Amino acid sequence: MANAGTILVIDDEAQIRRLLDITLSASGYKIIEAATGREGLALAASGQVSLIILDLGLPDTDGIEILKRLREWYEKPIIILSVRNSEEDIVQALDNGANDYLTKPFRTGELLARIRVSIRQNQVVKDNPQLEFGSLTIDIGNHIVRKNTDIIKLTSTEFSLLALLAKNEGRVLTHQYILKEVWGMGYIEQSQYLRVYIAQLRKKIEENPASPKLINTESGIGYRFSYE
Amino acid sequence: MNSFNDNRPDPDELLASLISEEEKSKRGTLKIFFGMCAGVGKTYTMLEAAHAEKFKGCDIIIGYIETHNRKETVELAEGFELIPRKSYQYKSTLVQEMDLDAIIARKPQIVLVDEIAHTNAPGSRHIKRYQDVQEILENGINVYTTLNVQHLESRTETVAQITGIIIRETLPDEIFENADEVELVDLTPDELLQRLSDGKVYTPDRSRDAIENFFRKGNITALREMALRIVADRVDKQLHDYMQYKRIRGPWKTGMHLLVALGPSPYSGKLLRWSKNLSYAMGANIQAIYVETLHRLTSKEHEQLDKNIALAKQLGIKVRIITNADIVKAIVDFAQKENITHIIVGKPRVRNLFSMLQLGNFVNRLIRYSGNIDVYILGSDSLAKDSFKNRFSIPSITSQIPEYLSTSILVVVTSVVCYLLLEYIGYQVVSFVLLFLVSILSLFFGTGPILLAAALSALTWDYFFIPPQFTLHIEKAEDILMLIMFFIIALLSGIMTSRIRRQEKRIRIREERTNALYQLTRELSMATGIDEVSGIAVSYIKKYFNLDCAIFHKTKFNQFDDQIQNQTTIKLTENELSIAAWVFRHSAKAGKYTDTLPSTDYTFYPLTGNVDNMGVIAVKQAGVFTQGEEQFWEAFLSQISGKYEREFLRNVSKTAYLLTESDKLYKTLFNSISHELRIPVASIMGASDTLLYHDYPEETKQKLYSEISTASVRLNRLIENLLNMSRLESGRITMHSDWYDVHDLAHRISESLRQELLPFKFSVVIPESMPLVNIDFGLMEQVLYNLVLNAAQNSPAGSRIRLKFFYDNGFLTIQVMDRGQGFPASELAMVFDKFYRGKDAKAGGTGLGLSIVKGFAEAHHGTVTAANRQNGGAIFTIKIPARITEIDNFSQKED
Repeated sequence: MANAGTILVIDDEAQIRRLLDITLSASGYKIIEAATGREGLALAASGQVSLIILDLGLPDTDGIEILKRLREWYEKPIIILSVRNSEEDIVQALDNGANDYLTKPFRTGELLARIRVSIRQNQVVKDNPQLEFGSLTIDIGNHIVRKNTDIIKLTSTEFSLLALLAKNEGRVLTHQYILKEVWGMGYIEQSQYLRVYIAQLRKKIEENPASPKLINTESGIGYRFSYE
Repeated sequence: MNSFNDNRPDPDELLASLISEEEKSKRGTLKIFFGMCAGVGKTYTMLEAAHAEKFKGCDIIIGYIETHNRKETVELAEGFELIPRKSYQYKSTLVQEMDLDAIIARKPQIVLVDEIAHTNAPGSRHIKRYQDVQEILENGINVYTTLNVQHLESRTETVAQITGIIIRETLPDEIFENADEVELVDLTPDELLQRLSDGKVYTPDRSRDAIENFFRKGNITALREMALRIVADRVDKQLHDYMQYKRIRGPWKTGMHLLVALGPSPYSGKLLRWSKNLSYAMGANIQAIYVETLHRLTSKEHEQLDKNIALAKQLGIKVRIITNADIVKAIVDFAQKENITHIIVGKPRVRNLFSMLQLGNFVNRLIRYSGNIDVYILGSDSLAKDSFKNRFSIPSITSQIPEYLSTSILVVVTSVVCYLLLEYIGYQVVSFVLLFLVSILSLFFGTGPILLAAALSALTWDYFFIPPQFTLHIEKAEDILMLIMFFIIALLSGIMTSRIRRQEKRIRIREERTNALYQLTRELSMATGIDEVSGIAVSYIKKYFNLDCAIFHKTKFNQFDDQIQNQTTIKLTENELSIAAWVFRHSAKAGKYTDTLPSTDYTFYPLTGNVDNMGVIAVKQAGVFTQGEEQFWEAFLSQISGKYEREFLRNVSKTAYLLTESDKLYKTLFNSISHELRIPVASIMGASDTLLYHDYPEETKQKLYSEISTASVRLNRLIENLLNMSRLESGRITMHSDWYDVHDLAHRISESLRQELLPFKFSVVIPESMPLVNIDFGLMEQVLYNLVLNAAQNSPAGSRIRLKFFYDNGFLTIQVMDRGQGFPASELAMVFDKFYRGKDAKAGGTGLGLSIVKGFAEAHHGTVTAANRQNGGAIFTIKIPARITEIDNFSQKED
């Protein structure tokens, strides 16, 4: 299989590393492994790592610390894979620059999808003026959204929200991040605005708003725009 | 009996000296400046000593000082910090006393407290200043104080004899004996008189009075001798203690034990004081005994006995009360048991011929039975004569007037009847009828009325019946004899009967008390729970003492709890509550009729268990308890406290039982979980082994893969439940509420249970107007996940499962409805119990899911209920209080 990129796995559990090695290699990724944070930092600096899978419970340094240090220079995607499943842990990791967060136990299919999305998104030029998700087209430059060529009327806030989510396709955006980006720093606690607008957006762009496919809720954490 | 020459150190005494040494080091030390009388310069000397200490850098203050405006003393007192006297209103007068609490709060190294024998004004915490001093000492503060010899309890009698002045302010000898230091302040009588006449002690006019009355040279010399002797004795005793402590063998007198027999006589007081002095001089220890006999005590005697016992306690003499009809036997038995070396008794009073015979008998028998125990017999004096009179005065005639009247009327009525029948029966028979009447009367009336009836009937018989009638004159000699015999028989039978009655009454009272105690014990033993014990205690105290009471308990941490524990009309003030707390801390009674804080309406008794104080009981007594009542009361309280103690202990062991219960719970959990864990692990192992080592067709492989997948989902679900359960158990659930759209919630559930819901018609019902609600999304997701999963697991395939949301009046209500079997009515209440599993539940499941639902709903301050639906199936309803957003949903006016 063609090399889809190099993935660095930083995890102290040999069994998890082995499982990831088997699964990811089968999908065409090249795997390098590190059992400690320090080792992981050294390997990340060594070269062509296109994505890092990071465990938070490392024997030497806390994973969040490693994440911060990596994010000082490393711009490519980092996916957290941890047994820590509290909302605080997840939000903290996302706020510190993780692209995605999966809790153990995980389904390998899910992990592969996240990896794929993360890598792809990282390659998308940030200011690409036109984004397409099946029947939905978002013209960022002209503030136009179309569904099957029909123009959908959106308020400017709805558009900003949709554009932010869509530009970060596949990535979980925390509530606070979204509120800050769309409404501004002063609205960081006003999550009810966000809920109301998300509900409205879903009504306008989703096929079935009760069972949304594009704007997904990450309970207690935020939203993820996804299109497969 | 211990030999006088045995000079081995007695181990008990050594231990006692070590213990008292240790106790003393925690307490403050007491130094007494001791003088023969006022004006010798005790306060002055004390101040001088204080100056010396202060010069050495000691923190020394004045707590209370009486300078009597003597110039030198006033000058010397300057330069010390002075705790201002506390003044307070007692009834209508303003009184000033030493501020005890301020001294303790100030906590100096040494405090000066003048005149230790002083009696505090009513309304103070303690009756006597020495009690204040003891409290100061207990707080580790050293005390300097002053004392005159005449105030020593054991010397008051002698002082009264010497000076003719009766001393009211007395100090228990014990305090003086246990003082750490005594400094004698001495002055020759001439010097003292000089000082007096110079006006250095009192103002000139008072001085003259004083010299003429108290300060006569003879008096002063006698008092001086007494003071010097006491201090000398003390030095002697210290030497003795020192030798004992340092294990020096010396010619000390050891092993002498005195026993004083006390009784209800005013003379016993003197006996006690004399014996105390003797014991002090001999270095012997001393105790007292009172033998309760069948002889009835008058209320005066009761009072005197109580006084005597109280005095003995004041003198530091332990009193034992023993009931025995034979005084001599009781005393000797006790003496032998307690290794007594000397018995001291008062000379019994000679009342009449009979008691004279008794006296000889008493003394002879005592001497005969006492064996090698020395017996001292002390003479009585004039005081005893009063009591002789008291004895024969018939108590309170006025109160018995109805009795006298009724006996007289009955005698008169009987006589009239007899007079009418005289013809038929003859006058001799009348005497028998009257005799019969007197005997009958004696069953119902006291000695006085019986005496009257006997005399009256004798006279009536003589006057109206014995010929010649209507004169007191009697002709026949046999009639005279008969009259005399009549009178004596009437008297004897009357008195004997009433004595028997009295005895019977006493026995009945005792029996009643024993019975009451027995009843109390029985009821208490059947009571469970502290409240029930309180209820029984209250009702028994009401029944047998006719007293309302307020009961206080200790808290779990052995602190005093100032909440009254029983239903009562008693209302206590802040001040009275603090007395109760004091009683709890000191395990001593206080309040009215005691020496501590008597100026309240209530008396407070500690409820003392074997180990700890259980609490305090407050009652409003109508008067002082008599000795018998007091014993009865104490027996009552000890039963009650004992039961309280057992109840408190039972509560402790109940907590331990609960721990065992939860241990059992964990075992159940363990069993249930080990099963639940093994099944999926077994499927995974089996399926993966098959895949690894056998080559099967692709189709079989696929089936095995899906088996592994299902098993791992099941495992994961179990782990999730366990973690949630432990979150619940540890009480570490913190709410993270935020605004949420319940559509999201419904969507999450249907997504995560997609596989499980496939066979069902699953529908979500949310009203169009549903607002955003403020909830913890994670918790609610878990709740609904478990409920919907439960519905799926317990419903036939193809049936309908509905998830319904609505908001009403501050509450978010969520319902999960299925068409399964529902619950048997008998099990509805247990549905949410841990490890509950439906009778016909499919295999698998730990019975944790629904208990987690309940726990999480409650963490949300909400409720969850289960019910059966009318047309079959179960319905779960969750109702949680939730705010809704004020933003008008879906209708922004933006842009």
